[in-house]
Amino acid sequence: MSLWQKHAIFEKNSIVLLLGILVMIAVGGLVEIVPLFYLKNTIEKVDGVRPYTPLELAGRDIYVREGCYLCHSQMIRPLRDEVERYGHYSLAAESMYDHPFQWGSKRNGPDLARIGGKYSDDWHRDHLRDPRSVVPGSIMPGYGFLENTDLDYAHIQQNMKVQAMLGVPYTDDMISRAREDVVTQDTADSPDAVDLAKRYPKVNARSFSGKGGRVTEADALIAYLQKLGTEVDFKMYDDKANIR
Amino acid sequence: MANALAPQKRMTIGEGGLALALTALALLTIVIAAKAYTPEYAFHAYLFTAASIAAVFAIANRYFSRPAEKPPLFTADGRPNYNMGPVKFATVAAMLWGIAGFLVGVIIALQLAFPALNLDLPWTSFGRLRPLHTSAVIFAFGGNVLIATSFYVVQRTCRARLAGDLAPWFVILGYNFFIVIAGTGYLLGITQGKEYAEPEWYSDLWLTVVWVVYLLVFLATIWRRTEPHIYVANWFYLAFIVTIAVLHLGNNPAIPVSIFSSKSYIAWSGVQDAMVQWWYGHNAVGFFLTAGFLAIMYYFIPKRADRPVYSYRLSIIHFWALIFLYIWAGPHHLHYTALPDWAQTLGMTFSIMLWMPSWGGMINGIMTLSGAWDKLRTDPVLRMMVVSVAFYGMSTFEGPMMSVKVVNSLSHYTDWTIGHVHSGALGWVAYISFGAIYCLVPWLWNRRLYSLKLVNWHFWVSTIGIVLYITSMWVAGILQGLMWRAYTALGFLEYSFVETVEAMHPFYVIRALGGILFLCGALIMAFNLWMTVNSQAVAGEAEIRLQPAE
Repeated sequence: MSLWQKHAIFEKNSIVLLLGILVMIAVGGLVEIVPLFYLKNTIEKVDGVRPYTPLELAGRDIYVREGCYLCHSQMIRPLRDEVERYGHYSLAAESMYDHPFQWGSKRNGPDLARIGGKYSDDWHRDHLRDPRSVVPGSIMPGYGFLENTDLDYAHIQQNMKVQAMLGVPYTDDMISRAREDVVTQDTADSPDAVDLAKRYPKVNARSFSGKGGRVTEADALIAYLQKLGTEVDFKMYDDKANIR
Repeated sequence: MANALAPQKRMTIGEGGLALALTALALLTIVIAAKAYTPEYAFHAYLFTAASIAAVFAIANRYFSRPAEKPPLFTADGRPNYNMGPVKFATVAAMLWGIAGFLVGVIIALQLAFPALNLDLPWTSFGRLRPLHTSAVIFAFGGNVLIATSFYVVQRTCRARLAGDLAPWFVILGYNFFIVIAGTGYLLGITQGKEYAEPEWYSDLWLTVVWVVYLLVFLATIWRRTEPHIYVANWFYLAFIVTIAVLHLGNNPAIPVSIFSSKSYIAWSGVQDAMVQWWYGHNAVGFFLTAGFLAIMYYFIPKRADRPVYSYRLSIIHFWALIFLYIWAGPHHLHYTALPDWAQTLGMTFSIMLWMPSWGGMINGIMTLSGAWDKLRTDPVLRMMVVSVAFYGMSTFEGPMMSVKVVNSLSHYTDWTIGHVHSGALGWVAYISFGAIYCLVPWLWNRRLYSLKLVNWHFWVSTIGIVLYITSMWVAGILQGLMWRAYTALGFLEYSFVETVEAMHPFYVIRALGGILFLCGALIMAFNLWMTVNSQAVAGEAEIRLQPAE
């Protein structure tokens, strides 16, 4: 009996065929995915990466909601031109608290992994409202509605609790103060800013709309953008220690 | 006359159980709608309520009008009593969703060329419409084609009636309801932010239920078969259904913020999430858009050409090799990222190997025409399917090439990827689907196809569209990739980012034109099918219908 005829066992028994398929598709996935959860060198050891502040997290939710990742990557590759254009190549550690990751797959617009601190809040506001007012050749949609919409952060503590369940190191203190922290971070010269910076080192606390008052969706999004890629101090970062 | 002996009409467990479950769902969703955090989520909850109530009403209505006995498995003359109602519904749905999906594609292509078309409204911006386009063409158009053809092919090749009474309808209607929830969700800003897996947790849960029923209907129909062997097309359908279930469950575990909130956070994060996402994403291509459509190829091309499949042994080898190798290919979407190098290298290696089984399938499909090549001249439907297999061969050569890291360093993040996707999506997936639908509609409705000449027009208009699309995207992608890495003689980057965006404009216009032609082709097709269904039934060739027992 030739080997070809032995294949009849799959052709005559649907459950054997089903199990055969499951075995075949299991191998590749298991080999590629499972080790990423236990190999220690998957995520580099770096200082400075912290969870998002409540305002930044709300801003990130808006980034996801509007599908920004469909045109903007957040992943600088270690290629000469990318490092010169955008900054140090991205580390796995920099997105380790990102549920979901937003590395993206297409650059209709530039990479945003290190956009934080490159432009002023004013520039971001103008750019979101009318991208072509600051970049004439831009093909980005206008997001003027963001600055006209109040940020809904009534349930932000629940969002943080879920993230904590998933392994983001939010403390009970951070969660219980979340709603005040939203306002503190979006206020110029708030007396609580020092306290906020203890919970979230290097936090940008200022009025992101430039005029105080209500917290808008644009404020949250800008707070998120201004934080991107600014946590790791690459003057102190030892490339060689993290060869993978 | 036989009334006295007729069994008393009883509600089946399926009817009663499903009606109860849907009533419970209607009650649950109305409570959720009342307490929802956002009006968008409340809208979705109300949609669930309305759909559940409508379904309960439909089940009751059907119960009162149906005969006491279940439809027999075989007709009076011993032929299987095929259940083609769900197949018809899914075929029509596929055509409608296809046109909608192509139209949204044209709109977002024009938005990239003329950004004013975003209208600066939340629900018309590129970021929300793009998932609508991808989901409409992949899951709504492609999904309905797959469900329709799989239900048709599994019945025909097993010579058995589709298993289940309400179950096939539950699969078809439930799946299309999922599409409605997902699509309206994107427009309203409900997304979990993972490409091709954007629907939020409650849509995912609903799809899981539908998909499990789909698998059971398919398997149970195979168990009813009167042929000893399971036909090769059904291996591919089974691999598609099972693997999509595994991928869906692996990629989407999430914790909702609350049952009253549409928002959830995905369980995985960062680099692991990236790997899981592209394990899912690439195998959505591999199993949804390839294995499923190869199944279509394995039934409809031999049937239309009236020739046997070229090589039985080749189909065995390429089936197992394809499903084994495909699953490894995901990391080629993550070259030079923060994914560890060992995973990238594995992904690239297996992607290159994948070229072989892909071409095995292509050879098996094209060579099936051995001895029937002349039909390409006379039958535009067959021509469309054969050209689709040629496109499959082309894009499965391009894919492995682009997965080579050096090539990928240029092509990644550019429109070259978009061009590659569309040579597969338009050339392969859509063309084999069109071919199958052109076969199915006359078969299902017992009609002769209204006009072969219009099929010819469809073929040429959309082929020109595809050529414009992929060539413009090749040029655009390679140009932008080269501009990003161009240096001046003094060693500075030569172009700012926005200069590389401005350089894309003419190609975006050409691409949109290609898309418009493709859409026109689909409209010609819809007209042709409409006229077909509305023509006279074919005498003589008509299928033997169930005769009521005297």
